[in-house]
Amino acid sequence: MSLQLENISLSVDGQRHIHATSLTLEKSTMNVLLGPTLSGKTSLMRLMAGLDMPTSGRILWNGKDVTKTRVQDRDIAMVYQQFINYPSMSVYENIASPLRIMRKNQNEIDKAVKKSADLMKLGPYLHRKPLELSGGQQQRCALARALVKESGLVLLDEPLANLDYKLREELRAEIPKIFAESGAIFVYATTEPEEALLLGGNTATLHQGAITQFNKTNQVYHQPQDTITAKTFSNPPMNFLKLTKEGSSITLGDKAHINSEPKSLDIDKGSADRHELTTVGHFKHLPDGDYIAGFRSNHLELHRHNPQSIAFTTTLDITEITGSETFLHMNYDNDHWVGLVHGVHDLALGEKLEVFLDPSHIYTFGLDGNIVASASYAKGI
Amino acid sequence: MKINKSACVMVLYILFLMLPIYWLINMSFKTNQDILNSFSLWPNNFTFDNYIVIFTDPSWYKGYLNSITYVVMNTLISLAVALPAAYAFSRYSFMGDKHLFFWLLSNRMAPPAVFALPFFQLYSSVGLFDTHIAVALAHTLFNVPLAVWILEGFMRGVPKEIDETAYIDGYGFFGFFRKIFMPLIASGIGVAAFFCFMFSWVELLLSRTLTSVDAKSIAATMTRTASASGLDWGLLAAAGVLTIIPGALVIYFVRNHIAKGFALGRV
Repeated sequence: MSLQLENISLSVDGQRHIHATSLTLEKSTMNVLLGPTLSGKTSLMRLMAGLDMPTSGRILWNGKDVTKTRVQDRDIAMVYQQFINYPSMSVYENIASPLRIMRKNQNEIDKAVKKSADLMKLGPYLHRKPLELSGGQQQRCALARALVKESGLVLLDEPLANLDYKLREELRAEIPKIFAESGAIFVYATTEPEEALLLGGNTATLHQGAITQFNKTNQVYHQPQDTITAKTFSNPPMNFLKLTKEGSSITLGDKAHINSEPKSLDIDKGSADRHELTTVGHFKHLPDGDYIAGFRSNHLELHRHNPQSIAFTTTLDITEITGSETFLHMNYDNDHWVGLVHGVHDLALGEKLEVFLDPSHIYTFGLDGNIVASASYAKGI
Repeated sequence: MKINKSACVMVLYILFLMLPIYWLINMSFKTNQDILNSFSLWPNNFTFDNYIVIFTDPSWYKGYLNSITYVVMNTLISLAVALPAAYAFSRYSFMGDKHLFFWLLSNRMAPPAVFALPFFQLYSSVGLFDTHIAVALAHTLFNVPLAVWILEGFMRGVPKEIDETAYIDGYGFFGFFRKIFMPLIASGIGVAAFFCFMFSWVELLLSRTLTSVDAKSIAATMTRTASASGLDWGLLAAAGVLTIIPGALVIYFVRNHIAKGFALGRV
């Protein structure tokens, strides 16, 4: 079993929604589509399902061209972000509906419905109407209907986005279990990097209708190919600043703007601190020039753990305390940085705050946004 | 004693509302002499004669049968046409859909009298004059746009994802429409049917113009009787009462849906 997209693109009213995309999803894999809203996750999924016709390109299922095949004749199941069930049918009939169409006999239907209802903890509610269930149960009903079909391709379009925190955690833990049992190709769209990491498998990051990177989830996370992927796959987004290498010295600071024209290199005029680094580790092989340095918020530290760590003096704007962690929103030379540190910290707002960064956590991107050198800590992962 | 003011208002309101209907019922149980000679709030010489005439004289009861026949035909035709049309308007965008939707509705702006003459000529020339289907078809001109309008509102309330989920489950279009979609818009269908029924039932001009003997409607029968043999007040009142009853019954059965319809759809 495999799903192959060959140069699939989609234009609606002259607007490009999906740029030419090629993607191959293999048998029994969990594939996460990760990207912010409007990045094209749902459009891509609808193309996979056959709900929309691609403007160009082909879709192959097990090597067979299914681009023009009707939705009904494809081997798919889909769950939407909204809780979509048939309101006029009982939960039992909802789950059984794909089987009824397949003209399975009553015994088989009974068994299959019981099984997937038990898996989704819907056992006691089979006689109810979907609208008499809680939101989480409604979504479970939709999931159960998708599972009972045992199709080769299961599309989950942000299935947990409309659920509250607790239910989301619960269901999120169940999805890998369901996946493991089914052996189908799962495609799971989400806006949250954490979800992608929890689900594992492969991840495709999307940005403005194009896939920026597709690989093992860990690989994409630790070795993003460009600033956009790195930004998409970090929550809070990755922090960036300018990095300059001249001979054996590396200067961090001044302002680095992603996706903009490289600014003139007038570091001395900048008000920011300058940080001289010796050319250690992965910086050694960099040719001289200007780069963009990126690092994740959880790599900023309040204390110096490594003698090599660089100190930045920032102004603390806001702290957000989630209970076990503290988000620090800082201003560094007019750039907005976010730091994520463990524990609850009582810090004075508006004051100077010194934060530390281990150079091995720095990703180096070219001014065009493409990766030049991954952070050295991530090399072995 | 304390007087409940809102109850007073309510009683007065119902009194005024019910007075004409009461008067009609009152008249229908009186003899003509009673009606013309004395003023009384209830029948002095209570009689069923008026009703007996209606139920035994074919020229009367056939009027009811004719009316019911073409009204039911009209309702069925209107819904059969309006359901797919409303589905198309609610689900697809096609060239000129918004204009078409508006123009459909504008059909209702013209008074039926405008169409009486062309319909009469048209139906006479194709041999449909004085048939039930003629009246039913003539009324669809007014009922289809309204039904489309009502149904479209209900259908728009059903998320498109339900359609897609059904297709993914394997339903064909008709299976989906019958098993999944129709139950979801049952209220809308009820409301649309109600409006079709009511319009067709009370419409007088077209039904009178397009029929003469075989398909003569009850409304036509009533007006013609009035002019032919002088006014038979009691008989006409009884006919009036019997004309109200089907409408009242229909309203009673769809009353819950109507309330929903007014809230959900765009009646």
